Amino acid sequence: MHEWALAEAVITAAQQIAEREKLKEIREVNIKIGELQQVEQDIFYFALSQLKPSNFKNAKFHISTAKTSLKCRVCEQAWVFSKSKLAEDTAEAIHFVPEVAHSYIKCPKCGSPDFEIVEGRGVWLENIKGVR
Amino acid sequence: MNKVDPRTTVINERLRRTSRIIAVSSGKGGVGKSLVATTLALTLTQRGCKVGLFDLDFTSPCTHLIMGVKDAQPKENKGIIPPVVKGIAIMSLIQFSGDQVAPLRGADVSNALIELLAVTQWGKLDFLILDMPPGIGDAVLDLVRLVKRIEFLIVTTPSLLAFETVKKQVRLLQDLKIPIIGVLENIKMSSATNIERETEKLGLKFLAGIPYDPGVEDAIGDVTKLLGTTIANRIKNVVATNITQ
Repeated sequence: MHEWALAEAVITAAQQIAEREKLKEIREVNIKIGELQQVEQDIFYFALSQLKPSNFKNAKFHISTAKTSLKCRVCEQAWVFSKSKLAEDTAEAIHFVPEVAHSYIKCPKCGSPDFEIVEGRGVWLENIKGVR
Repeated sequence: MNKVDPRTTVINERLRRTSRIIAVSSGKGGVGKSLVATTLALTLTQRGCKVGLFDLDFTSPCTHLIMGVKDAQPKENKGIIPPVVKGIAIMSLIQFSGDQVAPLRGADVSNALIELLAVTQWGKLDFLILDMPPGIGDAVLDLVRLVKRIEFLIVTTPSLLAFETVKKQVRLLQDLKIPIIGVLENIKMSSATNIERETEKLGLKFLAGIPYDPGVEDAIGDVTKLLGTTIANRIKNVVATNITQ
């Protein structure tokens, strides 16, 4: 249920944008989730539905997933994160704090832990749509 | 609109029920921040306060070693619930990285800090003690940016090398109007009072001089022994006169 805290952050951020943009009713919320964080989408959706305030009652939440691309800073090798290669407790640690990937994942070419998470780290609010 | 990182919007909500947030910090490494932070947390707990201890030295965490924590894992419930050890709610990256090295660059430190601040459910606390990494880098700047009500307790040694950096950190915090509880002089080897005088010149309170205590190393991992050391006795006085008064 760590997803609950992330969903709460999305709702709070979306509400702040709605207030700033003077939107009375929110119709659409677009969210992107990086694969690295392995967010359970069913739980995330449920948390969003439970947490949404009254001006979001007709809002549709669209969640897209971004592949996690990694790039070695030493040899410039690029590769894509795959959960299936990780032990269960390692995957869970990365789920909680994606940066601990640097403790468990190494460049497949040169073995360095000094890589960049180019895309697909965590949860992002892409945009919201609503009416004034 | 540009995409938004939503995590920063909930950080102060997570800390809403924490009365005071104290960052134990120093511009310089090796001055005893972790020992001071842990002993401060233990002392406040002894006085009946509800305390959290957050080890923010992600690449070299050691509060778990000082407290002798073996295996205390957080639980999940609408976020992460820190385990309670010796009466203190503790959070450290070590709970996720285990005995692996955590080689993090600045942006990664920043991201991990924001993540943990956004998802940790501390509950009601009288004090949250932050054991800061050395320096005036990402962790200091992020906390000052994101955590309302943060206060700093600065640790130095008698060394000019440490105090010169501390002065720069103090200048930054004063410019940003961040409250500073005062300066603790740790690992004091003589009765010299130059740090005390220099601290007062900065307009800050000199909290205590803590003499070098060879018994501290033997108390690592044993909180009962630690609370019997000179450092603990001095920190008890600081708590009584400058923190819970």
